[in-house]
Amino acid sequence: MSNTRQADASSRWHAPVVFLLIAALFVLEGTTSNALFSGSWNSALAILNMGLISAVMALGVNMQWGYAGLFNAGVVGFLALGALGPVLVSTAPVEGAWAAGGPRVLLALAVGLGTLALATQIWKRVKAPLNLIAMPLVLLLGFVLYRAVFDPAVVAIEANNAASAGNIGGLGWPVLLSWPVGALFAAAAAWGVGKVALGLRSDYLAIATLGIGEIIVAVLRNEEWLARGVKNMSGIPRPVPYELDLQNDPGFVAKAAEWGMDPSTASAIWVKLLYAGLFGAVLLGLILLAELALKSPWGRMMRAIRDNETAASAMGKNIKGRHLQIFVIGSAVIGLAGAMMVTLDGLLSPGGFNPLRYTFLVWVMVIVGGSGNNWGAVLGAVLIWFLWIKAEVWGPELMNLITAPLPDGAFRDHLLASAPHMRFVAMGLTLLLVLRFAPRGLVPEK
Amino acid sequence: MDFLNALVAILNFVVIPAAAYGAQLALGALGVTLIYGILRFSNFAHGDTMAFGTGLVILVTWGLQALGISLGPLPVALLALPIGIVLCSVFVLGTDRVVYRFYRKKKSEPIIMVMASVGVMFVMNGLTRLLIGVDEIRFDDGARFLISVQDFKAWTGLTEGLALRLSQALTLVVTALCCWALFRFLNKSRSGKAMRAYADNEDLALLSGIDPERIVRLTWIIATALAVTAGTLYGLDKSFKAFNYFQILLPIFAAAIVGGLGSPLGAVAGGFIVAFSEVAVTYPWKKIATYLGFQPEGLLQLLSTEYKFAVSFVILIVVLLFRPTGLFRGKAY
Repeated sequence: MSNTRQADASSRWHAPVVFLLIAALFVLEGTTSNALFSGSWNSALAILNMGLISAVMALGVNMQWGYAGLFNAGVVGFLALGALGPVLVSTAPVEGAWAAGGPRVLLALAVGLGTLALATQIWKRVKAPLNLIAMPLVLLLGFVLYRAVFDPAVVAIEANNAASAGNIGGLGWPVLLSWPVGALFAAAAAWGVGKVALGLRSDYLAIATLGIGEIIVAVLRNEEWLARGVKNMSGIPRPVPYELDLQNDPGFVAKAAEWGMDPSTASAIWVKLLYAGLFGAVLLGLILLAELALKSPWGRMMRAIRDNETAASAMGKNIKGRHLQIFVIGSAVIGLAGAMMVTLDGLLSPGGFNPLRYTFLVWVMVIVGGSGNNWGAVLGAVLIWFLWIKAEVWGPELMNLITAPLPDGAFRDHLLASAPHMRFVAMGLTLLLVLRFAPRGLVPEK
Repeated sequence: MDFLNALVAILNFVVIPAAAYGAQLALGALGVTLIYGILRFSNFAHGDTMAFGTGLVILVTWGLQALGISLGPLPVALLALPIGIVLCSVFVLGTDRVVYRFYRKKKSEPIIMVMASVGVMFVMNGLTRLLIGVDEIRFDDGARFLISVQDFKAWTGLTEGLALRLSQALTLVVTALCCWALFRFLNKSRSGKAMRAYADNEDLALLSGIDPERIVRLTWIIATALAVTAGTLYGLDKSFKAFNYFQILLPIFAAAIVGGLGSPLGAVAGGFIVAFSEVAVTYPWKKIATYLGFQPEGLLQLLSTEYKFAVSFVILIVVLLFRPTGLFRGKAY
């Protein structure tokens, strides 16, 4: 990495210019209505809200990559674990589900974790020839016991009101409380993966995280007792009022009329503004913390480790320990973003967790924005998210323009039909171009 | 008799599918491991190279079919395969020239190369979607079965049937040929020896007058040929769906690491280890246990098939924990 981070002159105008560019794009989206922009503030704010959540994801990835040079290829998994937080904490409890199998599921999970812990201890404590027999035996017995407790509990929970529920249900707590819980879930998984894969070659972490990402998404898709699997989990409560309640509120309708808007548009925009404020506050808080951490002795140590591991190790720094620390923190931030995302959607839909969209697009955001720079990652995230959404509209328009001279026929139809796929090519090219010609991104690290 | 039935059931449901799948993984892992040995990074674009190449093969197959060409019982895709390999190699060499060569000259960290391969992965993924779409495509023609269940039952009089699909037999034969040719090339030919020398010690190889760019080009061509072959065989065996080739990346990486990154023999062994564990863990053993005289209550299935990726992952974790260099002592650090 050392050769991509040479400190050439960096202008302090980078960040404001990128910020103004993004602001201009959003204003255009909100005000002008033509082939390129929709001219609706509703759509501009919808893009902004998901952009802010993407910015939180990018912050997490930037901590891992920008501060420590760790390649996390399983962002989608940590995001999905975070998304589990609101489902398990804030959705309404399902009647009878807990009685049907709750304690047994917890017992099974305890058996599973206990088996792993016991196996680790045996491997460490017992002497060489004996542990080769004892450890697999413990693992096998533990697995059989786990399945014996777990399977009937799952059957019981899923049989409980199978048509509309069949899941363990939540605690019914306020949804904001569930965000840190989501972060905690992601952090726990990251600790497990990091413990194994850190300290080896840098590619190994990438491959191991790729695996854990796939597995977590598979768990969410298939474990119906947990979050109803592909049947989707709806009914996640909101931290902001519902549009319908606002429209029925005479005070709000009068306010909207004062502004010259009809109640339905006004309520949609107001709700989105509230979300934007909430997400913006979380994002600013995280940036503040991240900047303070980066400027502290701890942050200098992290950068020293990143730039020269051998030297840092010679100075007595625990490289693997620091890497594990930053990997867990970064994954927790990604988990927080996941919790925020399902709160915004009001729905957990595991079918939508696509690694290209949620892992590698976030990577493009960080690289384009400027790895190692928190503001860069955030601005890159909002910019790339805006372009990603709009590319779906712009791609076909562009293809229409390009293929205009072609005669109507199967070939032109094929090109027009596949135009939305162009954005994958565009994102890949963006990543490659930035990596090569501006490896420090739009807003370089100071 | 029941014992024979159990044996046939194991062959039919475990050994044959796992062997075919293992051969496909082995070919993929060989490509990953060669690129790792020579270019020293894990190529995340390998899965999408398989998809892109297979997409090209399918297009050529359709072209040949439209011309009325048929290979009798064999699928036409076999004839299209060399053309697909050539086209895909040209593209991959282009990516090396435009993307990777820059970082190689600069001696960038491997993780930067991995990042660049993510960019290439995006581009190839998009091109595959443009080329052939995201739907499931079946492109096998010719005969479907070498041995069908009815025939087998009629011949042997067993209650349990055995089927050997042509695509499975073809996979095994083609893989055996590819491995034989590759190992012969690596061990006997001048270029192959140069490749191994370069993988062992770059500086010494340069001193003895080996042209590094030629070695790199050769590596890309061989890896692409193996990837497209693996992808086409996988597509013939199951069916072509672009996203599946992204998902197969994990078992392929697991296979390459289990064998030891950089070790071709290890990649082949790793492919079969991953495939056999995956199939054995996700197969419900109830039927076989019943033949053997047990009366099991459950299905005796350790994991449901949705979690087959977990098997690759667990194998990967075990290897990383206990033997990070892999079974055949690749390069782990």
